[in-house]
Amino acid sequence: MTGYLEVISAGPGISVQDLGRPGYTAFGLSTGGAADRRALWEAAALLGQSGPQAALELPLTGGRFRVTAPSRIALTGAPMQASRDGKPLIWNASHLLAPGECLDLRPGESGVYGYLSLAGGLLTPETLGARATLAAAGLGTPVHAGLRLPFGADPAPDAAPQHLPPEDRFTGGALRVIAGPQTALFDTETRTRAFATRFRAGPASRQGLALLQDGAAFATETSGLLSDFIGPGDIQMTGTGQAVVLLADCQTIGGYPRLGTVIPLDLPRAAQARPGTALRLVEIPLDAAETASPPEALWLAQIRRLLRPLTRDPRDMTDLLAYQLISGMIRGDEEDA
Amino acid sequence: MSLPEILPLGLDALLVRFSTTWSEAANTAAQRLAAALSADPLPGQTEVAPGLGSALLRFDRLKTTRAAIVGAVRDRLDHAAAPEDAARHWLVPACFGGVEGPQLAAAAALAGRSETTLISELCATNLRVLALGFAPGQPYLGTLPDHWQMPRLPALTPRVAAGTITTALCQIVLFAAPSPTGWRALGRTAFRPFAAEAAEPFLLRPGDFLRFTPTSAENIAMLIEKGDPLGGAIRSFPK
Repeated sequence: MTGYLEVISAGPGISVQDLGRPGYTAFGLSTGGAADRRALWEAAALLGQSGPQAALELPLTGGRFRVTAPSRIALTGAPMQASRDGKPLIWNASHLLAPGECLDLRPGESGVYGYLSLAGGLLTPETLGARATLAAAGLGTPVHAGLRLPFGADPAPDAAPQHLPPEDRFTGGALRVIAGPQTALFDTETRTRAFATRFRAGPASRQGLALLQDGAAFATETSGLLSDFIGPGDIQMTGTGQAVVLLADCQTIGGYPRLGTVIPLDLPRAAQARPGTALRLVEIPLDAAETASPPEALWLAQIRRLLRPLTRDPRDMTDLLAYQLISGMIRGDEEDA
Repeated sequence: MSLPEILPLGLDALLVRFSTTWSEAANTAAQRLAAALSADPLPGQTEVAPGLGSALLRFDRLKTTRAAIVGAVRDRLDHAAAPEDAARHWLVPACFGGVEGPQLAAAAALAGRSETTLISELCATNLRVLALGFAPGQPYLGTLPDHWQMPRLPALTPRVAAGTITTALCQIVLFAAPSPTGWRALGRTAFRPFAAEAAEPFLLRPGDFLRFTPTSAENIAMLIEKGDPLGGAIRSFPK
């Protein structure tokens, strides 16, 4: 049964995202899509989907939702405080949400972008082959309270809930970087210093993340430099010598020189860095990066191998006394009983 | 022009760079290469895009390798046949000066021409789409003679309307959406190069030619009111 996801309340910046619109670079249209693409592949694994479907992206904000038809949901990305009718739900897992039940999501302690996916995917209108919201181009579906977002029927609502071990990409760390077409425009001193600098995450949006540092601004030679293709992961040095990691909604062409490109596997770590989070850049050779960061199409199979059936954490069992813990024990000699 | 550099651009693309500074020849070469690759894609190629002085070539890492695609591009560069002239031409009504082109007078002064002369010169020029970017479908058009070599404004104009014709650096940008800009506004069209809901969302392609045809501000206002993304433009395409 298809249904609607009812948005009872929603903080600012919530949007529908999928993997975006690849293939329009020649026309100046950014691919866009989820800021943390890995989270959508994780949701696909948890829900048994063949590939990522459109989902809700919640940037450091919360919301309250209901469904009009039963559906499994997956909660991925930045760990949020999730509850169903007031009872906590485990993050990075799938759960069944029934009509009448209220799903509450609130920002957790780390990361930026949390994702709410439905087993049949959100079926908001498609433009240019995708549902992703790209604010700058007026595409997709920004989400606010009172909206009803259609979703596809859950093909297997009775499937057992699944869990993925949390991957720590929400507390900063190393971003592996490969050289790009403009790396050679930076002198050796600047490059060496950039890769030795302890950065902290600064102001960010879906277009980019500023990397703050206490040292002098980075020297860049921009005069007369022709604008060229830019993309998510590129580390741009602005005119004032400020490093910015470009994210999903960055433009297609830019005039600032770029130090290199964060590999796709590490880009969610940049997108998920809250202001103040420590980050550093680690230069790696192209062949090592190719091995370290396999094509996205291979992510699903890798993530699926990590799936575990969701078992309740005893710490979450407020009704512990109601469980018959003893009768579940085995003696070890009952095999033929 | 020397052979272009072939450089890695992320893990699944490469950049064929003809020049790092503006050059008409490099821009044309990038458009030719992109056209040739679009017409006859390399195995594993997923996307090709011409830029101001380079072409982007994206590939599927599951179907080919960087080494294979670099080799294939080199071979293509060596044996590129001159493509047939398939240029598409656009004639776009525009109004100049007044509230829609508040910096026309300043631009004319910088160019050392009268406003009328500057506009006649612009409307007599077949501008080529050098690249699309910064906003979906938004064209960089050029190039104009040397006296159009005007710097950007020292302070950003907070907002120009969609369809605004602006200039800097011997180029014209025709804004596809409302935007802040440091370029000087000369006038306005009712042409919407990107309309997501239209049957043809992107009107222009790199390499197209576009010429402005002067009309009154009232006519442009009427065309905007009508809401057709073409904004009264006439096109002439080969075949």
